[in-house]
Amino acid sequence: MSPKTLYDKIWDAHLVDTTEDGTSLLYIDRHLVHEVTSPQAFEGLRMSGRDVHAPDKTIAVPDHNVPTTPDRVNGIENEESRIQVDALDKNARDFGINYYPVDDIRQGIVHIVGPEQGWTLPGMTVVCGDSHTATHGAFGALAHGIGTSEVEHVLATQTLIQTKSKNMKVEITGKLHPGVTAKDITLSVIGRTGTAGGTGHVIEYCGEAIRDLSMEGRMTVCNMAIEGGARAGLIAPDETTFEYIKGRPHAPKGAQWEAALAWWKTLYSDDDAHWDKVITLDAGEIAPVVTWGTSPEDVLPITATVPAPEDFSGGKVDAVRRALEYMGLKPGMKLTDIEIDTVFIGSCTNGRIEDLRAVAEIVKGKKVKDGMRAMIVPGSGLVRAQAEEEGLADIFLEAGFEWRLAGCSMCLAMNPDQLSPGERCAATSNRNFEGRQGRGGRTHLLSPAMAAAAAITGRLTDVREVM
Amino acid sequence: MDKFTKITGVAAPLPLINVDTDMIIPKQFLKTIKRSGLGVNLFDEMRYQDDGSENPDFVLNKPAYRSAEILIAGDNFGCGSSREHAPWAIKDFGIRCVIAPSFADIFFNNCFKNGILPITLPQEQIDMLMKDAEKGENARMTVDLEAQTVTTSDGETFPFEVDAFKKHCLLEGLDDIALTLEKAPAIQSFEAQAAVSRPWV
Ligand code: SF4
Repeated sequence: MSPKTLYDKIWDAHLVDTTEDGTSLLYIDRHLVHEVTSPQAFEGLRMSGRDVHAPDKTIAVPDHNVPTTPDRVNGIENEESRIQVDALDKNARDFGINYYPVDDIRQGIVHIVGPEQGWTLPGMTVVCGDSHTATHGAFGALAHGIGTSEVEHVLATQTLIQTKSKNMKVEITGKLHPGVTAKDITLSVIGRTGTAGGTGHVIEYCGEAIRDLSMEGRMTVCNMAIEGGARAGLIAPDETTFEYIKGRPHAPKGAQWEAALAWWKTLYSDDDAHWDKVITLDAGEIAPVVTWGTSPEDVLPITATVPAPEDFSGGKVDAVRRALEYMGLKPGMKLTDIEIDTVFIGSCTNGRIEDLRAVAEIVKGKKVKDGMRAMIVPGSGLVRAQAEEEGLADIFLEAGFEWRLAGCSMCLAMNPDQLSPGERCAATSNRNFEGRQGRGGRTHLLSPAMAAAAAITGRLTDVREVM
Repeated sequence: MDKFTKITGVAAPLPLINVDTDMIIPKQFLKTIKRSGLGVNLFDEMRYQDDGSENPDFVLNKPAYRSAEILIAGDNFGCGSSREHAPWAIKDFGIRCVIAPSFADIFFNNCFKNGILPITLPQEQIDMLMKDAEKGENARMTVDLEAQTVTTSDGETFPFEVDAFKKHCLLEGLDDIALTLEKAPAIQSFEAQAAVSRPWV
């Protein structure tokens, strides 16, 4: 048998049909659904008199629109948001799919809930009408975002029409320095390859620094594969993966666990497998990073200065000029001199328990800078409960953070959590696009530890100085 | 789905790279539960000023391009989220074809599901098309899917590649789901087999 990559293996295991031109029908093991990209798909089903093919493999949770303030128990004030969440309630009920409503403690961001509940398992195909579905690749599952028409297609058939992507290997060798995290790895990779560097590829992340990461950290890395343009990001499952999964509500049990484990252990790329593209980074050379522009590829070590448009070539020159104007920055400015007025800690990139622990470690016994709006939004109700149990919530409240309920919140500001024009935010989320966190709002992406440091000093800060 | 065969129309130049889905349709318009009516908010933040009036400098607000059917853009068009609201807004505005040096993957796929043809051409050819588009409303371009060509107002022709299956679906206006449901027996036998080999799924 010819050597295969992990992607090849998962692909082959899910192939229902292939036509001569290479168009394939791929079976989908898990379909995650949220309220923003699904209403039109369910409406399509109803109009054509079709049913959900595999309701037991379909999992829905509202996350994008839900308010994260305690008064949300009284219902959602914004009418359009409420209609969308109500539509999901009704669709979940009508079609009999697995559902975690707003008032369920298991509710949260769809990409945090899936793994937390054990829905996401190695070797699966996972899709969701959401680009950050890439997150689930951390388990060695082939996971990618789809559009609403494809959501309808998966609902109706439990399959997806696909053409195979190319294989790309991203190897992170060596060990990370203290203060450097999974977020710095994934941003640094995008800084190197650009936001289109992975286009047409499925990335597999490997190397010592990836192996050393917890599942939380691996999810952070894979989450942003899409920001590098890749269709999906993968990490081969290992003991860390199995340990995380074991005992979760929907993980296999007993004899099925043993059978699953035996198969999962075959899920790795063969030594002499073919790679279409290979990128190698030395973990020892990765510093804590921040973004300075309006694309996730606009990333630099925190010790650097704001670049000038002339430092770039091609279409990027104009893009950088535009970005600097939007961000209100001047070339040559030190990144650590950039003052911020908002801190957002949360999102499917960095809203897990380990992220909150990292924040607590930095802010314990300290105070958020006067006048700063600093918000911590756990990724799920269960993450929130655990943080409260571990005493992290008390640390946050004492330091002056707002401690919110679970949801996407200010990651994309579809709920009331938004930036005003000109406001500058240090955010642990994944996109710094113009207007992403509110019209005219300015976003700097960074790790939870870096965001915590910024909350204390009121400016972008090298976390190593406050450790 | 609407068919796409051949169109001749005005092409609007948008020489920006990394045009993301938040630019194409900002999130406040994702709260709809319908597919239609998003055209007025296409490129909302670039198209309108803070007081809600039109920004006269934005290409689609210029008289020459108000009824553009083709869009010429820079690298990595449609990057960002999976929101199909982006192609819905483009289509609702009246644009049926986007031509760029490269596209983000999910956006590219979403176009085909909505009767929009995304075309990838090398940067040098995009530069030429961009120049042609800048001539305004007299510069009508032709995109012929059957022949797989783009023809400028000067009659210069560029061939393009397109996936055979996607081309077929666009030309015929076929519904993917109906096509897949014809393969129901294959899906059932896959499921029967998987129930044995991976019963925990
Ligand atoms: S947290 Fe942000 S990126 Fe993640 S699913 Fe929600 S909106 Fe999307």
